[in-house]
Amino acid sequence: MGADVPGMRADTARALRDASVTALLAFGLFLPLIGFQTVTNVRNDLILVTRWPLLFAIVAIVGLGRLAYALAVEPRLKQRALRPATPAAAWRKQVGKWFIPFAIGFVVAYPAIVIATAGFGRAVKWIDNFGIQVLIYVMLGWGLNIVVGLAGLLDLGYVAFYAVGAYSYALLAKTFGFSFWLLLPLAGVLASFWGILLGFPVLRLRGDYLAIVTLAFGEIVRIVLINWVDLTNGYAGITGIPRPTFFGIPFSADDNGFAAVFGLEFSPIYRTIFLYYLILALALLTAFVTVRLRRLPVGRAWEALREDEIACRSLGINTTNTKLTAFAMGAMFAGFAGSFFAARQGFISPESFTFLESATILSIVVLGGMGSQIGVAIAAIAMIGGTEIMRELDFLKLIFGSTFDPTQYRMLLFGLAMVLIMIWRPRGLIATREPSVVLKERKVIGADLVKEGHG
Amino acid sequence: MAVGDDILLQVEHLTMRFGGLVAVDDLSFTARQGDITALIGPNGAGKTTVFNCITGFYRPSEGRIALRHGNALAWDWLETLTNGGERNLTRSAGALYLLERMPEYLVTQQARVARTFQNIRLFPGMTVLENLLVAQHNRLMLASGYTLLGVLGFPSYAAAERAAIERARTWLDRIGLTARADDAAGDLPYGAQRRLEIARAMCTEPVLLCLDEPAAGLNPRESAELNELLLAIREQQGTSILLIEHDMSVVMEISDHVVVLDYGVKIADGAPATIRDNPKVVAAYLGVPDKDVANVEAEVGL
Repeated sequence: MGADVPGMRADTARALRDASVTALLAFGLFLPLIGFQTVTNVRNDLILVTRWPLLFAIVAIVGLGRLAYALAVEPRLKQRALRPATPAAAWRKQVGKWFIPFAIGFVVAYPAIVIATAGFGRAVKWIDNFGIQVLIYVMLGWGLNIVVGLAGLLDLGYVAFYAVGAYSYALLAKTFGFSFWLLLPLAGVLASFWGILLGFPVLRLRGDYLAIVTLAFGEIVRIVLINWVDLTNGYAGITGIPRPTFFGIPFSADDNGFAAVFGLEFSPIYRTIFLYYLILALALLTAFVTVRLRRLPVGRAWEALREDEIACRSLGINTTNTKLTAFAMGAMFAGFAGSFFAARQGFISPESFTFLESATILSIVVLGGMGSQIGVAIAAIAMIGGTEIMRELDFLKLIFGSTFDPTQYRMLLFGLAMVLIMIWRPRGLIATREPSVVLKERKVIGADLVKEGHG
Repeated sequence: MAVGDDILLQVEHLTMRFGGLVAVDDLSFTARQGDITALIGPNGAGKTTVFNCITGFYRPSEGRIALRHGNALAWDWLETLTNGGERNLTRSAGALYLLERMPEYLVTQQARVARTFQNIRLFPGMTVLENLLVAQHNRLMLASGYTLLGVLGFPSYAAAERAAIERARTWLDRIGLTARADDAAGDLPYGAQRRLEIARAMCTEPVLLCLDEPAAGLNPRESAELNELLLAIREQQGTSILLIEHDMSVVMEISDHVVVLDYGVKIADGAPATIRDNPKVVAAYLGVPDKDVANVEAEVGL
């Protein structure tokens, strides 16, 4: 194999060159950021401190990382690209078949599992912070998935509909005393009305332009909420929002409360468990409706719109209505989630509906794989659940010292995870598309054929 | 122009300007029911612009494009409809549509004119079967109660979907793609994509099928198969066909009537045999040697 040796030598030389360039870039970038630090001394003077060891450690990590990638990972990736795609192994098909029933069984049993492992007292935190929080984002991700993943319309202002749902519930429940079960559908209807309102002006826009306008729409809603103090109480937000009842029975400590009626000892956990099952039901409703819609003409028209709008029009499909229904459907589920959010928190303010929320929901959809419901659920668990888990990693303080706070590294880790996933799976965790109808044999469609939509 | 009994589509004084450019200039022609009408001409003659005007993708600068359904008596209503300002006039005997007044999706949905594209426009990430079901959108939408009944799982939708799949399957059999029904449309070879696009257009059940260069990129054997498919469509579905084509083996073999465009102007109109020998057409297509220009110009009256 004489021919291989010069080839390998050339590869190594290239890897070394790449690594030194990367290290040099890292040095240039981190010299002002990490190399120098300004601190105030006891006399309140600003002095410049240098941190050479830390700087060089980071530069070395970056350089060596690049070297390792070029020598070990890159050749393997190249080899994998050359190898013909092998059909999915039998065990993967089996796993695929049992995954959904198992996952649904797990989330239904989750409160019981938590109570059994963490105990009655500590379970509230796990069900509330982890379970309910993740499920809200799973639902929002599934809702946005209709607009972005199926219809291919890039929406950066999705949180506006979440806000409309939350404020609809809060204001109507406080002012008129309507019940949660009446306001839940009403909030959905109001949010989808705003979805259509947004849809009309952006019908002719595509791609980047659509994204900018939806972003602006999200900001308009938030700024109106801040400034219309008479209605929304501005930055201070709305407090004392009525909490949902168990079909009329409040979760209170008095004699008419849930615990007393069912002969149980009062505990806040009953409300938490009820809220958990409520959001679970809402999320599953979203999933169920989306699965149904995909098999209906409207769902196929959404996907056809993502694939080729002009062809849609040539087949007699009214693309205006199709886009508006996608916006309205996505907004409706955000409205449901918003009214649940308001009812769960008991307090809402415009702070909860910033652009960062829209970006989080969108990145859940993109990371999960546009169009894939399972992918979106996994991404929501990883992103939102991951944040909550980081609060629990107290043992890291033993390693990095007592001032170390893992949650502060959240955004850094997210950024890193996102870059890695986009290298490893550029079209998201689950990028393949399941056909909505089958004549003989179900075959998944590779990501390279499925369009991402032009807006 | 006298409107004959068997006329399906009548284009009159069609003019399309893009800024200062006149792409189509005062074009008039008719297409008879059950005929295969070919629209030919050198590159840039304005053929695709005419198609885009007929199918509603462009709104013409001037002119009238009328299409008839049902009884030929419908042509008597043409002036009433034109002066009335409506898009269409439907009575028990038939219906008349003014296509220049309709947006493209209504041209397909109501006037039932379907089209294909010069550069194939399938839904590449959807399966072959899904492509054919999207084409039946409007009928299925009605059956699903505009989604409402469908979401609730009413059985009427399931029956309608089965019928739609059955219709798709018939077309798959006819274009020889049944075995690939569950593959992504983007995975098909080029010739199969062309056939699928025609089948997809036919799933909208058109009275007039407009094909923009259906034989482009096909080899001679595939061209021959295409001829058979188009003749069978006319025979069995009774759909009239309007096609743009450069492949003369297709044009001369299957068309009943040829319209020749050059620089947006109609230079000839007639049966294929007469078109072939028309000196204007020959000049437009092949050009003439320099020494003959004066003779030919005198002959064609320029």
